[in-house]
Amino acid sequence: MAEPNGGQGPGGVIHDIGYQRYEGARLGRWYAVRSLYTHALRTAFGLGRSGKAKVFPWLVVGIVTLVAAVVTAVRSQLGEPVMAYTDLPEAMVVLVIIFCAVVGPELVSRDLRSGVLPLYFSRPLHRGDYAMAKLAATITATFLLLAGPMLLMFVGGAFTLDSLSDVWKEFGDFGQGLAYAALMAIVFSSIAVLVASLASRRAIAAAVVVAVFLVTAPVAAVLSFSSNETVNRLAGIVNPASLVGLLGHWLFDPPRDNTWGPVYAAVAAGLVALCAGLLLLRYRKVAQ
Amino acid sequence: MAGVTLIATQSLTKRYPNGVMALADLTVDVEPGIVGLVGANGAGKSTLIKILLGLLPPTAGQTRVLDLDPARDAEQVRARVGYMPEHDCLPPDLTASEFVTHMGRMSGLPRTSARERASEALRHVGLYEERYRQIGGYSTGMKQRVKLAQALVHDPDLLLLDEPTNGLDPAGREAMLTLIHRIGTEFGISVVVCSHLLGEVERICDSLVAIDGGRLLRSANISAMTATRDVLLVEVSEGTEELVARLGQLGLTVQPVGHALQVQLVNDDTYDVIIGAVADLDLPLHRLDQRRHRVAELFGRGDPLVPQEVGHG
Repeated sequence: MAEPNGGQGPGGVIHDIGYQRYEGARLGRWYAVRSLYTHALRTAFGLGRSGKAKVFPWLVVGIVTLVAAVVTAVRSQLGEPVMAYTDLPEAMVVLVIIFCAVVGPELVSRDLRSGVLPLYFSRPLHRGDYAMAKLAATITATFLLLAGPMLLMFVGGAFTLDSLSDVWKEFGDFGQGLAYAALMAIVFSSIAVLVASLASRRAIAAAVVVAVFLVTAPVAAVLSFSSNETVNRLAGIVNPASLVGLLGHWLFDPPRDNTWGPVYAAVAAGLVALCAGLLLLRYRKVAQ
Repeated sequence: MAGVTLIATQSLTKRYPNGVMALADLTVDVEPGIVGLVGANGAGKSTLIKILLGLLPPTAGQTRVLDLDPARDAEQVRARVGYMPEHDCLPPDLTASEFVTHMGRMSGLPRTSARERASEALRHVGLYEERYRQIGGYSTGMKQRVKLAQALVHDPDLLLLDEPTNGLDPAGREAMLTLIHRIGTEFGISVVVCSHLLGEVERICDSLVAIDGGRLLRSANISAMTATRDVLLVEVSEGTEELVARLGQLGLTVQPVGHALQVQLVNDDTYDVIIGAVADLDLPLHRLDQRRHRVAELFGRGDPLVPQEVGHG
């Protein structure tokens, strides 16, 4: 490379040091998986991306946070809780669905479209690792969307309490809220990522994810009017949102109904396992 | 370098579930250096590359890459190999710097090393100034360079380049080939260049492997292929017959080609012998130059790619 100042000027000298071999650490498969997970999680919130990519996720985060802030403010005025932690995910369910429908395709469909997958698969991480890292990032992003505002509710609420035992009880409720948020994040994200892995266009993938929830909701509603006890009780499992709701009520709202609760839990677990299994199957075939 | 095996396959066969035979009983040994893997589209080049990367299991036969078995030690192989696919594989909304850094981390480089190596790799492919621009705004030539940089970022021991000059204009092809030649010679990284254009890769390669219909046509060193076939072209304005007779007496093999004579190059003295003969006969010499056989002729292009010397080494 040329020396712009003839090698003597005050600007110093530019040396072409040529090609350097890399002697440092090579951290292998699990490091790559972790890096992909954090990269995807940052991408979900538009971090390290253009300003345009930040608008949607932070708008949703803003709305949920605003609701949590208002609820907390009202509580501090009234002196008693207006909304349980487990009510927040339920109240925000539409936003959570839309969030998953946008983030899943953002993380998955985009890679399908740009054809970048062969570059991942020619590196140490495996095909299944890629799929699971993306799914885990979507679940985490959705969980954080609810957990952050819940934390605000807890911190704000804890200040209105008088005794430490009340704070402990509050903490238990907060934990239940987090568990419910995690449940919703896992079920919704599994569906969103699976659908997104089948469509390379983000808009189509997002529309199909929303459609899965929209189309099954009226089915569940109609079935719930049935006079047959079994059909009536099982109506909710047709729709992922009502399935999560039923499971949440069984887990967190006493009195417990132990006849149907385990059925809801089994259906939810089976649904998540099915989605994850199909996702792995999909990534065994894609971009070969 | 010599004697070490870069890639070795033994009776490698790949049959796809739909019955297509992509590779048939392919046995080849490749030494480090720049290797041209040539063959028509559909000859099995991409299938071979995917088997070398451990992305496809072979139906039968063995493969060694850098003395590892890609079917069993895929992770180790992929950590030491860089792959540049033929097709578009770049996200348009990231900058080249971000993307190559990310790919470096996917190859196991720690965060800071990945960033440094990405800058270096982009500098080596000639994209230093533009590296903070989004890839979507790049020209085809620049995109090809980003693809090469991401294959180079983790300092591999072997680069697999699938049709690296695809879609480039003549100047871009030339630049890309020069770059690949530099990587192979100055960087100390072995390179396998896949191409359907023999004339393009023969200039930069140390050895060539030609496959057709999944079978090996020929594999050899370029120098070995051309050395014995080097000829000199001699042209004089008059007295051609006398020169033929004289050179024949001097023990050279002469063949008339149009107005010129084709003389077999025995050693460096052959030039002096011809010059001497022309001077003795006092003939006006028009031209005397060396004509290397193009490898295409050696592969029997023109014939419908008849197998010759199948199964060398």
